[in-house]
Amino acid sequence: MHATRKLARYLAPYRLWAILAPLLMALEVAMDLMQPRLVQHIIDDGIARGDMVAVFTTGGWMVGAALIGLVGGMGCTVFAILAGQHFGADLRGDLFRKVQSFSFGNLDRLDTGALITRLTNDVTQVVEIVMVLLRIMVRVPLLLVGSLIMAVITSPRLALIFLVLIPLVLAALNWIINKTFPMFGDVQRRLDTINTVLQENLAGVRVVKAFARSGHEQQRFHGANDRLMDQNILAMRTSAVTMPLMMLAMNGGVVAAIWFGGISITTGDLHVGQLVAFINYLTQTLMSLMMISMLVIRIARAEASAGRIHEVLESEPEVRPVPGARTAFAPRGRVAFEHVWFSYDGTSEANGERSTFNVQSSPHDYALKDVSFIAEPGQTVAILGATGSGKSSLVNLIPRFYDVTSGRVTLDGIDVRDIDEAALRRAVGVALQETVLFSGTIRDNIRYGRPDASDDEVITAARIAQAHAFIMRFPDGYDSPVGQRGVNLSGGQKQRIAIARALLAEPMILILDDSTSAVDVATEAQIQAALRSMAQRQTRIIVAQRISAALGADMILVLDDGRVVGRGTHTELLENSPIYREIYESQLANGVLSHD
Amino acid sequence: MTEERAGRPQTNAEPPPLFGRFGPGPRLMGKTERAKNVRGTVRRLWGYLRRQRGALIITSALVAGTTVLNVISPYLLTQAIDRYILPGDLPGLLLISLVMLGAFALNSLLTWLQVFVMAGAAQRTVRGIRNDLFDRLQVLPLRFFDKRAHGDLMSRLTNDVENINQVLADGIIQIVSGALSMVGVAAAMLWINPQLAAVSIVTVVTMTLGLNRWVAPRTRTGFRQQQAALGALNGLIEETVTGQRVVKAYHREPVVLTRFDAANVELRRAASRAQIFAGFVGPLMNMVSHLGLAVVVGVGGWMALLGMTTVGTIAGFINYARQFGRPLNELATLYNAIQSAIAGAERVFAIIDEPAEADAPGAVRPERIRGEVVFDDVNFAYETGVPVLKHVSLRAAPGQTIALVGPTGAGKTTIVNLLTRFYEIDEGRITIDGQDIRAINKDELRRQLGIVLQDTFLFSGTVRDNIRYGRLDATDEEIVAAAKLANADQFIHRLPYGYDTMLSERASNLSQGQRQLLAIARAILADPAVLILDEATSSVDTRTEQHIQEAMLRLMTGRTSFVIAHRLSTVRNADEILVINGGEIIERGTHADLLAQDGFYAALYASQFRGTALYAGSVPALMETA
Repeated sequence: MHATRKLARYLAPYRLWAILAPLLMALEVAMDLMQPRLVQHIIDDGIARGDMVAVFTTGGWMVGAALIGLVGGMGCTVFAILAGQHFGADLRGDLFRKVQSFSFGNLDRLDTGALITRLTNDVTQVVEIVMVLLRIMVRVPLLLVGSLIMAVITSPRLALIFLVLIPLVLAALNWIINKTFPMFGDVQRRLDTINTVLQENLAGVRVVKAFARSGHEQQRFHGANDRLMDQNILAMRTSAVTMPLMMLAMNGGVVAAIWFGGISITTGDLHVGQLVAFINYLTQTLMSLMMISMLVIRIARAEASAGRIHEVLESEPEVRPVPGARTAFAPRGRVAFEHVWFSYDGTSEANGERSTFNVQSSPHDYALKDVSFIAEPGQTVAILGATGSGKSSLVNLIPRFYDVTSGRVTLDGIDVRDIDEAALRRAVGVALQETVLFSGTIRDNIRYGRPDASDDEVITAARIAQAHAFIMRFPDGYDSPVGQRGVNLSGGQKQRIAIARALLAEPMILILDDSTSAVDVATEAQIQAALRSMAQRQTRIIVAQRISAALGADMILVLDDGRVVGRGTHTELLENSPIYREIYESQLANGVLSHD
Repeated sequence: MTEERAGRPQTNAEPPPLFGRFGPGPRLMGKTERAKNVRGTVRRLWGYLRRQRGALIITSALVAGTTVLNVISPYLLTQAIDRYILPGDLPGLLLISLVMLGAFALNSLLTWLQVFVMAGAAQRTVRGIRNDLFDRLQVLPLRFFDKRAHGDLMSRLTNDVENINQVLADGIIQIVSGALSMVGVAAAMLWINPQLAAVSIVTVVTMTLGLNRWVAPRTRTGFRQQQAALGALNGLIEETVTGQRVVKAYHREPVVLTRFDAANVELRRAASRAQIFAGFVGPLMNMVSHLGLAVVVGVGGWMALLGMTTVGTIAGFINYARQFGRPLNELATLYNAIQSAIAGAERVFAIIDEPAEADAPGAVRPERIRGEVVFDDVNFAYETGVPVLKHVSLRAAPGQTIALVGPTGAGKTTIVNLLTRFYEIDEGRITIDGQDIRAINKDELRRQLGIVLQDTFLFSGTVRDNIRYGRLDATDEEIVAAAKLANADQFIHRLPYGYDTMLSERASNLSQGQRQLLAIARAILADPAVLILDEATSSVDTRTEQHIQEAMLRLMTGRTSFVIAHRLSTVRNADEILVINGGEIIERGTHADLLAQDGFYAALYASQFRGTALYAGSVPALMETA
């Protein structure tokens, strides 16, 4: 229960509610317990003696007790739920804040789907158990201890039955829990499989239809579904043994009490009233024991969720802010790499192995090896190289999405690690390789980096990114919604919006990370021409696959397996870099590029 | 709340709530929810459950058995005391103890058997619903998926079905046993004292109904608001976490956090309200049961004083009056579960009721298609009023290669979507070998068309499985042969486990180009008569690109091919080039013809393929005005 206990501190601000809830529940229980006494009073003192007034006054007391009990019950509900929901909201908030603080390295290691599950499902699970606990935490143990003591007082000899019964019950419970827990774990795994099948089916719906594979998909799903059903049935049937078994133990105890109690009564050691009372207490003891066992099972299940939440809360952002970092920072835009070595595992060795294996960079391989270069203010540097040669890794170090393993990356001579994160990100604008747009209008998305930009500025940025024309073709223009309910955008259109987004933020250093890969060559050329004609003096770093995208650069860096193997202008490289020449000629042959 | 949000001017990207996708917008949401067809939904659920009739009957019989045993047990206890303990009859006591033990053991056994039988029935029912839902998703048209969030569909298959499962597994037994014991107890009460019974039953039932009137609508609206708030928050979480890298890149964490906090507080408020009202049901029913008892004792006492009944009767009656209230209490706690199960079932059935992609009656399954493809004056719009293709006519003879060229968004992909019948045309005719494609069995049509999409989708599984997707009965040798033709064999061998390497969910362990090579291998294996290629080598490094091009050329030989072309070599070698702009074919002919025409294509060629625009300056205004 380690993780659950750790999360308990989120309840601390609401301790008043958390204490009031069980206390009010105790009030309801007390009123419940009074009712039998009142009934007995009505019968013995009222009806039996023919005392009409006693009947009605006691009846009135019963109504009063019922109403007080109602107040207790409702009060408990209110406070338990308030405490639970506040607890949940705070926990969710902290979790979300934590995720916001994560760097790219953390995000690489944590699956997006898993993170979302933790923020939603797992938090709900923990909140549920908190609310249940607040309601019965006091009641059940009180009932258990109370009835146990009363049973012993009523008949110490008959209470010996407990000595046999309780160990038996505990052993049985232990056995069931141990047996069913792995089963439910298995159910969960099979449910995950079903989800994966569905998720892929939805994501690949075009492929499924193109190959007319719905029959095959159905087979796959039905198989997984059958396996889930079988395991579910097994788990449910096994865990269903609990209740009847506990009932049997309880009733066995009752019969034993009757038998031994019966003998004691015949010898005159026990009264009938005592026997009846003892049986009541025995039943109540075992009932509360049963409830506690159910609670233990529920807590154990929530523990899994609590553990997953805790794991996220515990993980430290890999890129940490440095105390005393510069917040006021307006760079001129000089970017320098000084003997930079970088490995995706370098900063993470303490956190264990990378969760997903990666063909391109096996563990302990350096993604960048001894990279040095300087981009002067206003210059454009293009980075070329094959997939996996380290191009994205290189640009990701500038806005400090990752930290270098050794060496330095500097802006205007200041190590990026000494610059406040917000200031750094304002200075460096990136259009990432993977284009993500948010729900909202196209305008909202372009304005993402600078929400206060005017409509004219939005349009100017869109024009440079060659997005204006197609945006205007949508019925609602810039106000067209994107996302699930919005207009369908092609990959190239999304990339152009992402470029406009980066441009609008007006960074001193603009990074385009292969962000025209889905744009056709002509449009790409137009984007570059428009960029060149911009008045703003911006340092630009352009990652590209196509040489056409690199032609106008002040300097081209050719990367191969993490090393800079060529640098210079197009003409220089054609002369002295064999790799560059090879790339150039192959693109010529493919007709991606053509010279006169 | 929804109104307020909808009314606020959209100053920044407020995510729309990701729930209730039936209505066209938030304004209609409430209306849709209220128009719930509870009876119809329950009837359909019963349709599924009816298939488990045997199990239901057995369960009911078992429940009846335990109910009887539950009634007998207290009686046996009194007998044991009155007839054997008090007279000191030890042999008799032993006997009745054994009888009781037997009855208790039987009771436990029956209780377990109930769940045993019902677990199977419930799970089989749920499996049926899940299968039906998935099967329906397989036959729904692409249009359906365009406008629907995957998360929402997934949630229906998991959460909503799980809600149904909860009620079926435990609920049915509780409902049956609750109903049976209420009937039994009511009968016993009426038998003991009809007047007192009438008073007791009427009190409890009217109070329960009255309270239900007060609580039910409040919980229902409460839960609706909670679901709405939950949907909005989950939507925000999903979107933010998915786009976390962009959030970081633009340092938008503070803004995101503000929006999250607002949604989080909103959920906390809504959830508290809903659950407090739902939580009131327990204490309220507890009070009803106590008040019922007070009425019985009060009225009974008064009747006893008038000599209409005896003290003993009242004492016995009280026990039953208590038992009468208990099932009500249990059913009250079940109420919420049943509500959400019905709501869940309704959401699931809504998908199952979506119209499927239909084949015309008597659709043919042609043998081997020769590959003559004709578009005859085709018009098409994804959304009415926004035409995407206008009067498109084209003809491809068997074995020809047709290149589709034009700016992004011109309608090239749409032509492909129509040929495969991913979408149905609005006007005109598309024929293959002279046969209208609407008269061809859809699956058969697609099986004979090979499609290599720009965005290659791979399934989790081995490399081998993914290639085999093209033809399920292919042997391992055929798979390797296809991979070799696709130039994929080389890199597959470099993977840690070769053809048995597991690909992760989004195949993030393969590069774009490698994924495309696998897609080509898949298409080669499928051996289609007509090929549709969306050329997308732009995000691939040059060496891989060369491989892809070779593989594509091999794939195209001998097949009618439609290529959305980005590469000069493809265009040059095409039998016919169709230049598409604004949904119309504006020019057609061979490369030489079109250059000679000196029109749109010539300009496009100048800018795109000859690379003149690569050097600064001469950007043709043509593309912008297009």
